[in-house]
Amino acid sequence: MNQIPANDAVVATTNGITRGEVILEATDLVRRFTAKGEGGLFAPKKTLVAVDRVSLALRAGEVVAIVGESGSGKSVLSRLLARIITPSAGTLALRGTPIDLRSRRTTAYANEVQLVLQDPFASINPVRRVGRSLERPLRIHGTPKDQVQARAYEVLESVSLTPPQQYLDRFPHELSGGQLQRVNIARGLSVRPKVLLADEPISMLDVSVRLGVLNLLRELCDAHLLAMMYITHDIASARYIADETAVMYAGQVVERGRGTVVIDAPVHPYTQLLVSSVPDPDQLTHQEHRATTANAVGFNLEGCRFSPRCPHATELCHTSEPPMVELEDGHSAKCWLVADAAQRTAVSMRPGPSSEG
Amino acid sequence: MRRFRLPGTWKVRVGYFLLSIFILFTVIGPWVAPYDPSYTGFTPDLSPSSQHLLGTTLLGQDVMSQLLVGCRETLVVSFVAGVIAVVISIIVGLTAGYVGGKTDEVLSLFIAVFLTLPGLVLLIVIISLFPQGQQANPLVIGSVVALTGWAWGAKVLRAQTLSLRNRDFVEASRIIGERRWRTIFAEIGPNLLPVLASSLVGTVLYAVSVSTVLAFLGLTPITTWNWGTMLYWAFANNAALAGEWWWLAGPCLAIALVGTSLALINFGIDEYINPRLRVGNLSNRERKRAGLSRRPKLGFTPVHRVTPVIGAPVMAGAQTGPEVLATEATASTPAPREDHP
Repeated sequence: MNQIPANDAVVATTNGITRGEVILEATDLVRRFTAKGEGGLFAPKKTLVAVDRVSLALRAGEVVAIVGESGSGKSVLSRLLARIITPSAGTLALRGTPIDLRSRRTTAYANEVQLVLQDPFASINPVRRVGRSLERPLRIHGTPKDQVQARAYEVLESVSLTPPQQYLDRFPHELSGGQLQRVNIARGLSVRPKVLLADEPISMLDVSVRLGVLNLLRELCDAHLLAMMYITHDIASARYIADETAVMYAGQVVERGRGTVVIDAPVHPYTQLLVSSVPDPDQLTHQEHRATTANAVGFNLEGCRFSPRCPHATELCHTSEPPMVELEDGHSAKCWLVADAAQRTAVSMRPGPSSEG
Repeated sequence: MRRFRLPGTWKVRVGYFLLSIFILFTVIGPWVAPYDPSYTGFTPDLSPSSQHLLGTTLLGQDVMSQLLVGCRETLVVSFVAGVIAVVISIIVGLTAGYVGGKTDEVLSLFIAVFLTLPGLVLLIVIISLFPQGQQANPLVIGSVVALTGWAWGAKVLRAQTLSLRNRDFVEASRIIGERRWRTIFAEIGPNLLPVLASSLVGTVLYAVSVSTVLAFLGLTPITTWNWGTMLYWAFANNAALAGEWWWLAGPCLAIALVGTSLALINFGIDEYINPRLRVGNLSNRERKRAGLSRRPKLGFTPVHRVTPVIGAPVMAGAQTGPEVLATEATASTPAPREDHP
């Protein structure tokens, strides 16, 4: 195992990483889960597609936000990228090198791609002192014994837990949620990964400390040229932190765009629904809001996944799946409303919806 | 790292004290016994006196000597049984809980079968299979007792492992690249220690009673001395009817005290493993003075924080401000285990 030099800033540039370089690239990732069917022992098994043909590129020094409601597959996506769950199909490439997804996840991969879990109270072993939890990844990844503590101090300082000596000897239950989440992030960062996947890192925190953790993530991303994926259901925080935003619905990316365009000018009806559900202090009158959820309505597996909930759905939406359409530079949506007229006629000219499955 | 410190509540200290006395006599019992336990030349049926601290039997034997000599066999058999049973329950319980699926179903069925088998009947059958000479061997008796006593521990361990397996910190340890066996033993393992400890204590207790019962029923050789054979001879000679209470009181009290000491130690292990139960090693009186409840309240974790010394360099930049003993509401915190009331 390679030894890790002591200075972060040097590593980030001398390793040959330039800002904007694609670090982790996923192409058409699919993950299916099979569940027992209803109705007795011999009922056919149900297949749930948690992640459906998602392609994604994480770039050095940039934050990609994944927005979606519960069950949209965003957490599964993060575990696919971390290789905790094996994809059913699709490819992953780390810095241009394709990864054999059937092979076991290696320590080297864990060294490059780290995942920060949602619940800081549950994700740190309650019977260990914080120091032990923090030093363990360093030991696994071959940091010499005499440097482990210095490195642990260093990462704690980098997540603004100072003085670090004060935290290493504490038990998790002695720290607050915000402090624990910082420890959690520090653990992820301690092995100097190139990619940090953050699965709803602020959703379990008090509102008062959320911004602090968000700012910390952004700073770390800029300082260490991390390629970061930020998963959230809070569209406002995505707008705040992200360089690119992707909206997921029922396992698919339905709209994506650079900067804040997705949230400021949403095109897909689902994104519009998400944006409109954020309370707007300028508009204090009561807004009528569609309170349906995907679970209540169910997914449409043949046409557009969102069509059962969509206020604009047409016959076409129910029967055939819309393509991902590029609207302008870096902004695309998967919706028939914005699809090219030529594409629509091409689909509607077909004899009917395919009856496979 | 702070050094290892045994929890210091009075319960635990009493437990250690009692058990260490018994362990001491396990080692030195046969040497410090005042007389030969099988010697029948004393005046029969003497009540306790300075000559015979626990009196003599109807057969003219010294009860105190029998108790001291018999301590060794009883405790050795019990601890051998306890350790073997815990090892079996770890293997079966952890595997069933962590691997899951079909393996779990088969192992659970296996556990259930052993739970429902009448242990004593099985023991009698198995013991009788051994040749006469082997029946007095503590290792043999211990293993046979373990065979009927491991299932309860395995069931509890399986349940605990199941609940720990999907905890975030187990997933987190996989994320940082921890190997599977280390995840099981270093991450899940310490969280199982209180269960293991109570399982060990429970099984040792079970083994004390079962080995005593076996000897009492005369199923193991009655010519060796342990607390069971003492009771066998006492009942065979109608000690209870004859009012020879000292003959019975010795072994009965000894068994009860061993059980008490193990239970008290279990409290301490619990407090050591579960930091939430450890309010800075405070005694009840100290806790009361600090305004802390003596029992953990549901949803409230007693937290003991070191009060920063003003001007001390380490605490100079403490963000958390002056902290004193405080009961901190952590209602949303999932407790590692239920707090014991």
